Amino acid sequence: MRIFDTKVQHLKYKVLREVARHAWDDTLLQAIPDIPKDIVPGNKPTMRCCVYKERAILAERVKLAMGGNKENKNVIEVIDIACDECPASGFEVTNTCRGCLAHRCEDVCPKGAISFDEHQKAHIDKDKCIGCGMCARVCPYSAITRNRRPCENACKVKAISMSKNTETKEAVIDESKCIACGACVYQCPFGAISDKSYILDVIDMIKKSNKNQNYKVYAIVAPSISGQFRYAKLGQVISGIKALGFFTVVEVALGADIVADREATELAEKGFLTSSCCPAFVDFIKKQFPAMVEHISHNLSPMGAIAEYIKKGDPTAKVVFIGPCTAKKMEVQQERIKPLVDSAITFEELQALFDSKDLDITSMEEDVLDNASYFGRIFARSGGVADAVQQALKEHGEKDFVLKALPCDGIEACRTALLKASKGILQENFIEGMACLGGCIGGAGCLTHGEKNKAEVDKYGREALEKNIGDAIRLTKIGK
Amino acid sequence: MKITICIGSSCHLKGSRQVIERLQQLIAQHGLEGKVELGGTFCMGNCQNGVCVTLDEAPFSLSPQTVDSFFETQVLTKIS
Repeated sequence: MRIFDTKVQHLKYKVLREVARHAWDDTLLQAIPDIPKDIVPGNKPTMRCCVYKERAILAERVKLAMGGNKENKNVIEVIDIACDECPASGFEVTNTCRGCLAHRCEDVCPKGAISFDEHQKAHIDKDKCIGCGMCARVCPYSAITRNRRPCENACKVKAISMSKNTETKEAVIDESKCIACGACVYQCPFGAISDKSYILDVIDMIKKSNKNQNYKVYAIVAPSISGQFRYAKLGQVISGIKALGFFTVVEVALGADIVADREATELAEKGFLTSSCCPAFVDFIKKQFPAMVEHISHNLSPMGAIAEYIKKGDPTAKVVFIGPCTAKKMEVQQERIKPLVDSAITFEELQALFDSKDLDITSMEEDVLDNASYFGRIFARSGGVADAVQQALKEHGEKDFVLKALPCDGIEACRTALLKASKGILQENFIEGMACLGGCIGGAGCLTHGEKNKAEVDKYGREALEKNIGDAIRLTKIGK
Repeated sequence: MKITICIGSSCHLKGSRQVIERLQQLIAQHGLEGKVELGGTFCMGNCQNGVCVTLDEAPFSLSPQTVDSFFETQVLTKIS
């Protein structure tokens, strides 16, 4: 069975795996210059113009696998030499143009950018075109199309543009707009945009723990893991994580139960809230809707909540988040989260870590993972937070407050909801915002993105021992 | 006196919630709220023998059925 969706992910994985392999052996420093050649041996190029360019790009990927440029705070970076500088020509007339008489395109163009050749076929003057798209909309043959770069298309916060440098037209990220959702990382067909990796920090933490004797290293895993690592059983993945050297594995979904419980209380008190689970959504509000910031739930994310609980009981613990999300790598840098979560890695990176130690998880015994309730687990998919808050309100016996939730997945849906809310015309009183389509199961750090993932999350939810939120979090309330 | 109960996955599946609830009841019945402190932890490294519990560092293996006798023989005797 294929582990990854694309060859780009596979290439990134190979680099991560090799970097990790040498890090475990303490041979990384000497090996750095050789890793590109280990991955692309010989002299026949398979991806680019020549093996030398392939290796030059791999050398950049090695840097990203080792944490990337420390001066750039953003965890998403463009590998400029990997960018194919796609000819994103904007609006173009295709050969579907019939050279008709009506010339609606010409009439509607506000800048007079459209002219016709001797066959009456339309042409767009790029110097005049402002890209409004009116011509494309009115053409009866749909003969005018918009040619956009996949990265720009993927970026719904419009943070990606073409470099102003006319010689190199590589993609550039506007840091003031980027929310680190990773959509461009997953969509760029050349793998020219990548998330930085902190696997070296994690390996170092595990090694220095001296088999969890100096301190314990906890792995906290996001519930979207249920649809990942399809080639093995979830219990084997848990065994694999422990075999890497983690002391134990705890469900972030238990943090989600804690969040749902608190969110219900906060919502009933305030009357209107937006969720705070998705760091990219929260960042989006801060950057594009600053007036709405006061309505963001004050709760920690599920990751923060479970890490806080773990560290309360074990103050020297180190906590590593493993999930589908690139934005979590930004979240762990925040002042409020820094003391709680020590590092964040993705499922892609977990796969690389398994293979860096040659762990065949399919031959391992099945361990167990069961801390959370059904409701905490379904946070991984769109609509899950809303369902959980509804359940928590019910369990609290709340009678006066009636929840009207609006689950939004994808930045476009989030933007529409926030626009309405900021104008005071939103009917609902709770916006569940998730930056990725489908929710966390659509995250850029997932190995695979499939239709089945939602069903897998729901199934995993139903398998939870605890059926309601109150029972799951009762365990976390003792000793208080 | 501090009783720490493992709430990690393995012990949870073996009934750590029931163990905790029963301990809370027993503590309340005997009016020992100020004297016995309960706490939770994830994993004590003895998953095969859960539900793992420590009583002032001493390890015990409990099940929901053995909580009462544990409370009588260990907690009450040490308290009095």
